[in-house]
Amino acid sequence: MSVNSIRDTFFEECEELLEALVEGLAQMEDTSDDMEVVNAVFRSVHSIKGGAGAFALDRLVSFAHSFETVMDKVRDRALAVDEKLMGLFHRAGDHLADLVAAARDETELDDEIETGLVNELESYLDGDTAVEDFCFDAVTLDFDGPQIDLGGEDPVSSARVFHIRFAPSRALYENGHEPLLIFDALAEFGSLSVEADLSLLPEFDSFDPADAVLSWQLSLTTSEPETTLHEVFEFVEGLCALEIEMDQTAGPQAIELPEPSALPDEAVSPTPQDTALPQISTDVPVGVTSAETLTGKKPDPGQGKSTTAPATKELRGPKPTLRVDLDRVDRLINTVGELIINQAMISQRIEELDLPTVAHLTNELEAYKLLARDIQEGVMAIRAQPVKPLFQRMSRIVREASDATGKKAKMVTVGDSTEVDKTVIERLADPLTHMVRNAVDHGLELPAERTEAGKDQTGTIRLSAAHRSGSVFIEISDDGAGLNRERILAKAMEKGLVPPDVEFSDPEIDNLLFLPGFSTAGQVSALSGRGVGMDVVKNAVHALGGRVSITSTPGKGTTFAIVLPLTLAVMDGFVISVADQTMVIPISSILETIRPNPRDIHVVGTDSEVVSVRGSYVPIVDVADSLGLGQCDDKNSNGILLLVSTEMQGLTALRVTAIHDQRQVVIKSLESNYAAIPGVSAATILGDGKIALILDPEELIRLAHAPGHDPFAQHSRMELRHG
Amino acid sequence: MAETAEALADTQFEFITFSAGGQSYCLEITQIREIRRWTPVTALPHTPQDVLGVMNLRGAVIPIFDLSARFGLGATPANERNVVIVAAVDGATIGLLVESVSEILSVDKSAIQETPDIKSEATRNSILGMISVDESMVRVVNLDAVVDSEKGLSA
Repeated sequence: MSVNSIRDTFFEECEELLEALVEGLAQMEDTSDDMEVVNAVFRSVHSIKGGAGAFALDRLVSFAHSFETVMDKVRDRALAVDEKLMGLFHRAGDHLADLVAAARDETELDDEIETGLVNELESYLDGDTAVEDFCFDAVTLDFDGPQIDLGGEDPVSSARVFHIRFAPSRALYENGHEPLLIFDALAEFGSLSVEADLSLLPEFDSFDPADAVLSWQLSLTTSEPETTLHEVFEFVEGLCALEIEMDQTAGPQAIELPEPSALPDEAVSPTPQDTALPQISTDVPVGVTSAETLTGKKPDPGQGKSTTAPATKELRGPKPTLRVDLDRVDRLINTVGELIINQAMISQRIEELDLPTVAHLTNELEAYKLLARDIQEGVMAIRAQPVKPLFQRMSRIVREASDATGKKAKMVTVGDSTEVDKTVIERLADPLTHMVRNAVDHGLELPAERTEAGKDQTGTIRLSAAHRSGSVFIEISDDGAGLNRERILAKAMEKGLVPPDVEFSDPEIDNLLFLPGFSTAGQVSALSGRGVGMDVVKNAVHALGGRVSITSTPGKGTTFAIVLPLTLAVMDGFVISVADQTMVIPISSILETIRPNPRDIHVVGTDSEVVSVRGSYVPIVDVADSLGLGQCDDKNSNGILLLVSTEMQGLTALRVTAIHDQRQVVIKSLESNYAAIPGVSAATILGDGKIALILDPEELIRLAHAPGHDPFAQHSRMELRHG
Repeated sequence: MAETAEALADTQFEFITFSAGGQSYCLEITQIREIRRWTPVTALPHTPQDVLGVMNLRGAVIPIFDLSARFGLGATPANERNVVIVAAVDGATIGLLVESVSEILSVDKSAIQETPDIKSEATRNSILGMISVDESMVRVVNLDAVVDSEKGLSA
């Protein structure tokens, strides 16, 4: 395993930890005193810090450390979580994510935010550490006397004695930790004596070598603060029962001990660990009693249990998962795609044979088909991921956007376990971010306005995901004022996007938002006005083979609904012919198909045609012409028109020669072995083994309207031949 | 014996020779995945003439180039002996339509001559070197040039 792959693993784990962090923080909002949640958050930050340390990502380590220290205070109930601190935690979490991303991409981050955050975090510590220091001072004073009495020869004047009871659980060993190394680390801080507690050692017959039965009683004399000791045990935290207590009664206890003279030797004298180790073995016969006498206190089994309880709960953890290289999954998906095609081919061939009695064969074939579909669905499910991480990222957007606009907003998610293809999730992040930001920026009203309207000051952004009839539905809704249709219309007219004096229905006005170059905000805000309009969102969703729609109720809010295919690997399409070629066009883009009456087709200008559809004229784009394959051979038949809606040209009719079939096709990339081709989104393999191109209606129409598109193609052809 | 074989492998190269546009060309054998009989392809719109289209190679969609046309020697006339050489280059798989495949040529590294300083730069780029075989000359095809300028053009 190379360093790079270990690094990759670290960043992968960081992703998961950050997810857990965000989730934990969200839970803390509701139940801030649930220590398990706080622990989970702490662990996430802590693990990131630990991993980052291994890769010398100092900046990440130091920030994680500040974050973690404050979190630790909360964990120790030394700090109460209020709204302000929660906000800080959220921002710190966001920044931690930024730092991880920056470390991964090896980019630099702006210091300003970090310094601010660290200062804020430390402000929580300052007051606190002062108290802590004060405690330490007081304790040290108490100790000076007894210490001198005990050893006399002890060179460390501020040394204190710590009694540590350390009972590893089985999981500690399973995770590869080694108590001896921990003892070694402790021995570096001062003089250490170790005694094994063998009380739990079972009879030899019932001995389970994998079980953890040993525990240790350690006495450490050191000048280091208690926190340093905790740091040594940091990585086994939750994997053992650990009690560290400072010997407040060193003097009296020394008297209580049966052999006071032994104490300087065992606990105080600067004996390095190599002499302490043999002691373990010599003490074995009397281990039980000596462990008890040293502290003067019996190991309390009940207490041990209470500390391990959360640990075992943690160990149960999430369902076991498997990390698999995405390439392998993709290969499998490809092969299964082949299987489906192969199955279609076999069916076709057998039909062609026209056998007299094929009833049983047909049954078998049908079973084969079902099995193949099952396998395909199973394989697709591997790529599927819950939308939860995506939604969680949006909570940050809501936070940032509400901070920047002075609005109050909270995010509610519904159905975040809905699974969607990984690629879809990745490519959905940007449009979703934009829509969520818009919802806060343009959708929600200011707190004062909300109060006036009789609503809760805090607006709600609701994100929901669901599976419905083979598609994924994602909705982004706000409970704001709803769209201001008058303003939208006025704006669109002002920008010349729509002709004046035309009556628009409400949904039509709403859809004007998707026009390129449209921006509703009175002024371009720093937030939404990033040169990205809703048209970009629409394009992105279209590119994923989906649609986006908008509904709005004045005073109640606005909802954007995105409908997406479950996967990008298969698609429902019409098998059509264009000129003499067989092609596929995605069904999702087609509103309706028309076999036009020649009377309804009119020529405009020299070669442009329109068709009248229920009273309105829709431009016709000849697919063959747009692809440079020459016009439809049989002009008189007028072919079939496929009505599609595009944002550039609105409604457009695509003319094809014929529609043959409607079927699910496996999408094959053209770009992997060749290059992108205008007007073609991908290819597929038909039942006869031939390749059919999958058309991209949007692009086809763009091509048809690009001035002189065909001459350009001719030109490049000529150039190439002579080049 | 094994040692000599290894030593040979270091300096010996194996080429598959074929003819395209009436000229003799060759490709190193390690670049070639398979040789297939010509089957009709699906034409691609908006592509140069030497891109014949795409073919289904066990589920992968691979582009087929007419090597003769690519080198400006005119389209390869349809013939029964026409074959498609499937080759791998830069992680992509492509097919080259050629007139016919001739033989496997095993040559010493020293037998490969650099392309002389000929006038046409395009030609010089598309050929890695030359090998002389019994009075005749075989050109070593530069696959990168076949693919690269192609991608550049249609992208």
